[in-house]
Amino acid sequence: MSTLEIRGLQVSVNTDAGAVEILKGVDLTIKSGETHAIMGPNGSGKSTLAYSIAGHPKYSITGGTVTLDGVDLLEMTVDERAKAGLFLAMQYPVEVPGVSVSNFLRTAVTALRGEAPKLRTWTGEVKDAMEALKMDPAFATRNVNEGFSGGEKKRHEIMQLELLKPKIAILDETDSGLDVDALRIVSEGVVRAKEANNLGVLLITHYTRILRYIKPDFVHVFANGKIVEEGGAELAEKLEANGYAEYVGS
Amino acid sequence: MSLLTTNYLSPTGREEAWRFTPLKRLGGLHDGTAKVGERESLSLKSGASGVSFERISRDLAPSPTETDDVVMQRVREGAHNVATLTIAANTEVAEAITLSRSAHGLDSAEFSRVRIELGAHARATVIMENTGDAFLAEDVEFALAPGSNLTFVSLQEWNTGSTHLAKHHAIVDRDATFKSITVTVGGSLVRLLPSVEFIGQGASCELLGVYFATEGQFFEHRMFVDHKVPNAKSRVNYKGALAGQGAHTVWIGDVFIRAAAEGTDTYELNRNLLLSDGARADSVPNLEIETGEIVGAGHASTTGRFDDEQLFYLMSRGIELADARRLVVRGFFNEIVTEIGDAVIQDRLMDRIDNELAKAGS
Ligand SMILES: Nc1ncnc2c1ncn2[C@@H]1O[C@H](COP(=O)(O)OP(=O)(O)OP(=O)(O)O)[C@@H](O)[C@H]1O
Ligand SMILES: [Mg+2]
Repeated sequence: MSTLEIRGLQVSVNTDAGAVEILKGVDLTIKSGETHAIMGPNGSGKSTLAYSIAGHPKYSITGGTVTLDGVDLLEMTVDERAKAGLFLAMQYPVEVPGVSVSNFLRTAVTALRGEAPKLRTWTGEVKDAMEALKMDPAFATRNVNEGFSGGEKKRHEIMQLELLKPKIAILDETDSGLDVDALRIVSEGVVRAKEANNLGVLLITHYTRILRYIKPDFVHVFANGKIVEEGGAELAEKLEANGYAEYVGS
Repeated sequence: MSLLTTNYLSPTGREEAWRFTPLKRLGGLHDGTAKVGERESLSLKSGASGVSFERISRDLAPSPTETDDVVMQRVREGAHNVATLTIAANTEVAEAITLSRSAHGLDSAEFSRVRIELGAHARATVIMENTGDAFLAEDVEFALAPGSNLTFVSLQEWNTGSTHLAKHHAIVDRDATFKSITVTVGGSLVRLLPSVEFIGQGASCELLGVYFATEGQFFEHRMFVDHKVPNAKSRVNYKGALAGQGAHTVWIGDVFIRAAAEGTDTYELNRNLLLSDGARADSVPNLEIETGEIVGAGHASTTGRFDDEQLFYLMSRGIELADARRLVVRGFFNEIVTEIGDAVIQDRLMDRIDNELAKAGS
């Protein structure tokens, strides 16, 4: 049983014109097995929240705390946070030229497990994970995200989620850019990871469609750098119908 | 000892061709004050049938293409023999032919002339391994007869303290293909002048290179591709990394498309990765075009630091900073190193790159 606890999180981004405050006090608690959806207008700070928890160097934490099972995540380097059990599926996965997917995955799993996996069982694991996400085996020899289509990048993120077995996963718009079939395939991957590892999920999305596959226990409305309303799955339907007008503006 | 009699105009450092080179560190190779020994250190390590290697008196060897490089002029006056590797016409050599130079000392300079000749439709890979202590000025000429195909790998893995100046000039005839992969990772000062001269239509070249300079090392790669006939194709791609105080690399890519060279297709690229402060990468692509009737001509040059987004992505999967940097640097060089096509050499180079990176610290 794990708990990710975010308290009063304030974050600013460093720009040429100085620091700009983006997150203005975020409170959120995610436990193993729970699914929390965050919905909110463009630019409200959802990705900033995701990146800040994962430790992206672009953001400065100006207040608040983030802990995983009581341990301060904000003091940790990015890789230490991953080793503590955190995973971020990115809105825009990064291309890494010259580094093959299989080399990348092997290096990652070795780092996370503290020892190199047995070659034979690992090859099988990767093959199964790729098959489950209907990815061509040829992706293993391609360079990380290089030339992948938008949807292929998202499948690759969820394949990593299944292979790396984190405790808490943040999925930043994993559903954006997926066709109808891919959305189902990717969602099933998330559900499998939840069932297999009692994963806690923070799912950032603009659409209710993915929530039909991955049922949220809680829905949070995010606007102007903080959570402005919380509810159950029904809140998502209401947002889809009415938009964010009542939350934005000042 | 050779007696050098000609009065050459020694470079002062103001000449375009010498403006980046630290002349003081050439040990007198540029102004004739270097003591020159009688060594001939190049040997054939592995040959094959249809392949001959012999030292030919320079009076009997074909005369080399004119050069305005003073050091090469001195080499031609000083070297009595031309080490000549010949691959007979229509010979396909499956295994790589290896030439090696090793540990020949720093007391006196070696002036060396080399000629690599491929007969019509011959096909071979030649690897030139350079290790040990070098004080060397080297003039290499390649003659590729019509339809021949040469892959030339030159490995500069010299010890610290070494100085190596070389010209690699390829004369490429009709439908012949010259591919070179130049690796410079060792030595104190290395200055290489790879050049290609197309003399027949349908000829092509691919000049690839990697270099990694650390503290105090100076590596210069100065290309010249001369499109003097129609329908030839050239590709240049050099990648370099630098780390440490005083690491300095220079890449110059001169491509000349003459009026007669209609249908030319050329592209050159140089990318540099600066891994620390105090290092400097100069990169100057230069395209001179005398005809508009071409297929394509372009160039690009970038010099940058580690990409934060790449490191973040890798680290977010649990990979430590040092390992993430290693993956990114290996990935950066991978595209060119794999072109060598020899697993032993490739692994050795990648290990060396890892070590250089580790030494450079984070
Ligand atoms: N370098 C920067 N300079 C200025 N503003 C920035 C910078 N980086 C981010 N921001 C701003 O921070 C705000 C929050 O961005 P963020 O990416 O977190 O939004 P989001 O909620 O994920 O939006 P979307 O739904 O479009 O993905 C935006 O207004 C964005 O313009
Ligand atoms: Mg976003």
